[in-house]
Amino acid sequence: MSVPPPERAPDAPVRVPVRQPYARRPSPWHGQASVVAVVALGGGIGATARYGASLLWPTRQGGFPWTTFCVNVVGCAVIGVFMVVITEAWAAHRLVRPFFGTGVLGGFTTFSTYAVDVERLLDAGHAVTALACFAATPLAALTAVWTASSATRRLLVSRQNARTGRADGTPS
Amino acid sequence: MNWVLVVLGGMAGAPLRYLTDRAVQARHDTDFPWGTFTVNVAGSLVLGLLTGAVAAGAADSRVQLLLGTGLCGALTTYSTFSYETLTLARQGARWQAAANVTVSVAVGLAAACVGTALARLLWA
Repeated sequence: MSVPPPERAPDAPVRVPVRQPYARRPSPWHGQASVVAVVALGGGIGATARYGASLLWPTRQGGFPWTTFCVNVVGCAVIGVFMVVITEAWAAHRLVRPFFGTGVLGGFTTFSTYAVDVERLLDAGHAVTALACFAATPLAALTAVWTASSATRRLLVSRQNARTGRADGTPS
Repeated sequence: MNWVLVVLGGMAGAPLRYLTDRAVQARHDTDFPWGTFTVNVAGSLVLGLLTGAVAAGAADSRVQLLLGTGLCGALTTYSTFSYETLTLARQGARWQAAANVTVSVAVGLAAACVGTALARLLWA
């Protein structure tokens, strides 16, 4: 009779199989591919919409950059509505927020064009228009996001109260 | 062709903003939105540089559409900037909210000026 030879020397260190990569603590980048993909898709859509607006309403040289101003204010109002709806009313798919909030709205609105518009107005000697754009854009943007967010929240609360039969306006 | 350049730039700029924001926010534990601040200032600097390059004839309008309108436009954001400011204010961090607005617009404008000046040095 034959005894099968041992596969390795009895004193050889025992190898514990290391499961890669799932045995490790999940990295913060785990599961990010789909998020990055929808952010890219949304960013392409948002940037295209902004470019379309700039072609429809071109800004005259030295004039107040109304198109960039309006794009930014509209984008801020929409994110005000969107964030309330997605956090308080709608259990949306996990990719909806990165697609629309980070991608579309982030790609639609622009900070760099705002800064460079002000710089160009200053450089061309239109100091008053430059100052107006510099101050009015953040003021209007913050007013838009705050008003839109508060109005949406009030609307949601009143609809909820109507559904639960509360007429006194106290949040349920 | 112009539309394609803007789409491609936007498709690169928005994820670059998202990844930069995550990387920056993971490195500190305050509520201050340093990630958005970083992309807005960096994008303003690059767009200033690019606009200066186009004005000096060193870059053509296709580069402007791809890197300016598309990439820098989507890399930077006003909606997230104002939403994060609102969130800070609602959390009671009013000074941080005010600082976020004033520092972002001041440093963003300064970055655009530096970019344009740099372009003049390089190409004019």
